[in-house]
Amino acid sequence: MADTEFIKSVTDRFTLLLGEEKASQIVITESPFETFLTVPAELISVVMTELYDNPALGFDSLVLLTGNDEDDAVKTKNDDGSETLTGGNLSVVYHLESLPNRKKIIIKTIVPKANPEVPSVTPLWVSADWQEREAYDMYGIIFTGHPNLIRILMPYDWEFGFPLRKDYQNPEFYQGIKVPY
Amino acid sequence: MGYLDKEFTDSNIIVTNLDALLNWARLSSLWQVGFGLACCAIEMMATSASHYDFDRFGVIPRPSPRQSDIIIISGTVTLKMASRVKRLYEQIPDPKYVISMGSCANCGGPYWDHGYHVLKGVDRVIPVDVYIPGCPPRPEALLEGLLKLQEKIRNESRVG
Repeated sequence: MADTEFIKSVTDRFTLLLGEEKASQIVITESPFETFLTVPAELISVVMTELYDNPALGFDSLVLLTGNDEDDAVKTKNDDGSETLTGGNLSVVYHLESLPNRKKIIIKTIVPKANPEVPSVTPLWVSADWQEREAYDMYGIIFTGHPNLIRILMPYDWEFGFPLRKDYQNPEFYQGIKVPY
Repeated sequence: MGYLDKEFTDSNIIVTNLDALLNWARLSSLWQVGFGLACCAIEMMATSASHYDFDRFGVIPRPSPRQSDIIIISGTVTLKMASRVKRLYEQIPDPKYVISMGSCANCGGPYWDHGYHVLKGVDRVIPVDVYIPGCPPRPEALLEGLLKLQEKIRNESRVG
């Protein structure tokens, strides 16, 4: 279950570190499963460095990094019955674990689809390298400062977009091969 | 006494035609490319192992396509893999045969609609001789597929 007391202590620490105004942008979301912190993308570097470096927190392990399409785009019906999506957000979810302190925390950051830039956490956790490449490959999230941000699963010459986005359209042909069934 | 008569008196002589001889030789040693793609490859390996013993039909996995006669497409062919599969096929010397094993290789299988990355049937890149249904097919089904391929080879004519 969610460790509310611990989450509170973490946010208090960020209030000290960032000041009241910036720290108020960090939102705690309670859910029946796990409580998570939503952090704006511009604060990700500071927040992650603190979580990693501060021995009282000691989040030395990045368990999981995932991309996600928030599915909050505005849907407009076309005449032919199809839908056009405009706007919307992407998000990155970080599951961190502190082995010395036996704590877990989930950090989420939401970025607009128009400019999906999130600072890379690869300098802190090397395990983020391929996971960020996968999030880039599937959702097109740009991790600034990543050492080698190229596609990892899809072919390198895949030019038809990012397949797990809600507005993704599969191409008719790839290298002369018909793609749809 | 002609050879035809000797067939019945001398057990070392068999009278046949050249086609049948060559086909019999070829279908009895179908070396396959040691190549697996997904969960079907596990069944293929089980077929190669001692219990089902693929070797009794002369099927031996070879490490190089240049030493092989058949390729068993055992699993999901992704769009990224399609060009590699095609290249492997082209590296096999003629005459060569293709067994498409399992629903994924046949038609895309469970990825037929939403699989953005899956080739909807390996016959879109290389010609297929035998399709084996199943997800994955049991080793018996793969053996049956191989026997079908042998039947096909037995009826070929390369000499005439």
